[in-house]
Amino acid sequence: MSSLRRIWAMVMRYWYLLRRSVPRIIDMVSWPVVDVVMWGFLSQFLAGNSTFIAKAGGVLLAGMFLWDVMSRSQLGVSVGLLEEVWARHLGHIFVSPLRAWEWLAALMAMSIFRTVAGLAPAVLVAMALYHFSLFDLGLPLAGFVACLLMMGWWLGILVVAAILRWGQGAENLAWAAPFVLSPLGAVYYPVSTLPYWLKPVALAMPAAHVFEGMRGVMVDHMFQPGELIDAALLNFAYLAVASLVFLWAFRGARMQGKMLQMGE
Amino acid sequence: MPAQPDTIISVQGLTKRFGDSLAVDDISFTVAEGSITGLLGGNGAGKTTTIAMLLGMLIPAAGAIRILGADMVAHRHRALPHMNFASPYVDLPHRLTVTENLSVYAGLYGVARPKQRIAELAEALDFTEMLKRDYGNLSAGQKTRVSLAKALINRPRLLLLDEPTASLDPDSADRIRRYLRDYAEGSGATMLIASHNMIEVERLCDDLLRRGRIVDRGAPVGLIERYGRQTLEEVFLDIARAEPTAPAEVGP
Repeated sequence: MSSLRRIWAMVMRYWYLLRRSVPRIIDMVSWPVVDVVMWGFLSQFLAGNSTFIAKAGGVLLAGMFLWDVMSRSQLGVSVGLLEEVWARHLGHIFVSPLRAWEWLAALMAMSIFRTVAGLAPAVLVAMALYHFSLFDLGLPLAGFVACLLMMGWWLGILVVAAILRWGQGAENLAWAAPFVLSPLGAVYYPVSTLPYWLKPVALAMPAAHVFEGMRGVMVDHMFQPGELIDAALLNFAYLAVASLVFLWAFRGARMQGKMLQMGE
Repeated sequence: MPAQPDTIISVQGLTKRFGDSLAVDDISFTVAEGSITGLLGGNGAGKTTTIAMLLGMLIPAAGAIRILGADMVAHRHRALPHMNFASPYVDLPHRLTVTENLSVYAGLYGVARPKQRIAELAEALDFTEMLKRDYGNLSAGQKTRVSLAKALINRPRLLLLDEPTASLDPDSADRIRRYLRDYAEGSGATMLIASHNMIEVERLCDDLLRRGRIVDRGAPVGLIERYGRQTLEEVFLDIARAEPTAPAEVGP
């Protein structure tokens, strides 16, 4: 109960910050809407010029939405740390009874909220402008979203660890990480497109399995549970590794006194 | 025979290095429950580093710290619910109101009836009219009072304060000192206060920490007599300008 109470207190801390900050709300909502408008027009153009897109209408938009789930989830975790760094607040929260894992749990909870709230307007825009509904993916959509949320968490935890280890100089990783990984995520093309030496690297990423599964549903109208299971297993393994890396970085920050020093 | 007060802080051989720089050099001391102890020293003497180690925020290179019986390197979460801390070097979120900030900490410490506790502290520390204002819009002195309220939100048994009256005008500083003394007397809480303010330290100080070593210890009046000076500020200058020597034996 004590842990739940502390997690809730930290969720409220981020909620108080978000609810009254117009720039943060605009930032959260605007990028997915811009993305959906751009990818929607591109999809319309390609539908008349590509047999693949014509066969599976919306495959690009679905890829964009699902990759945004991962990106928003990752940002929800890593920006949570940055908010504390910018506020010179780390020193207070970590001398309270809050444990590091409770703080991560609060960041993960907020990342779910940020992802849903950030993508909801874009989903409505896609329905209105392009008659595309993400929910046409059916029940597998829940599995795809869950796997990509989880991938965002472990990636976010690794970014948090990097910032704790190297300081604010590493904060750009929070925005760069999804871009760096997207070519390997097979978001918009099948893994078979990649050169043979890159395929094992792509298949080591949960995202590649999710997007192969997504294309299976949309193009071949067939759900492949194996892809989802592979993605989930990889996620659990990476989450465990990321947690260990975080604990190492957290101890390093305590060795160097960074909790009291980091801030603008 | 009166009972001896329990030791609430026990520090043995505490040492901290940052690269080649020795921030804290093999200090040992104890603090008895219910006492108000001052850590006095110039810039870079190791006061903030010592407090960070006592809080478990900084892992020492060597030595042991026990607070309320808990090893602060390995099991700091056993003691943290009963402690709290304020420092001008660590901030509260600027975009949250005063009430929101204090509500978050009431939740983190599991304070019963948080609204009532926040109202009590706001009245005692004179910031009731600021409760709905953003913390970032407060003056430096107002922030100090809110930060102190955060440090008192859980009615701590041990309060660690770094420069507690920094940025306060003399009247406000005096009221805060009186409130802290009343709180300590009323609750039996222990306080460890790092300060440059000689008036503050003269009222409260038992320890002197210099260049990462405890060089002397005693009640302010005793120290003034021992050094043959008129004020504690003169004692401080005597010690601060002397060459480093081997650490003195320090007893309670």
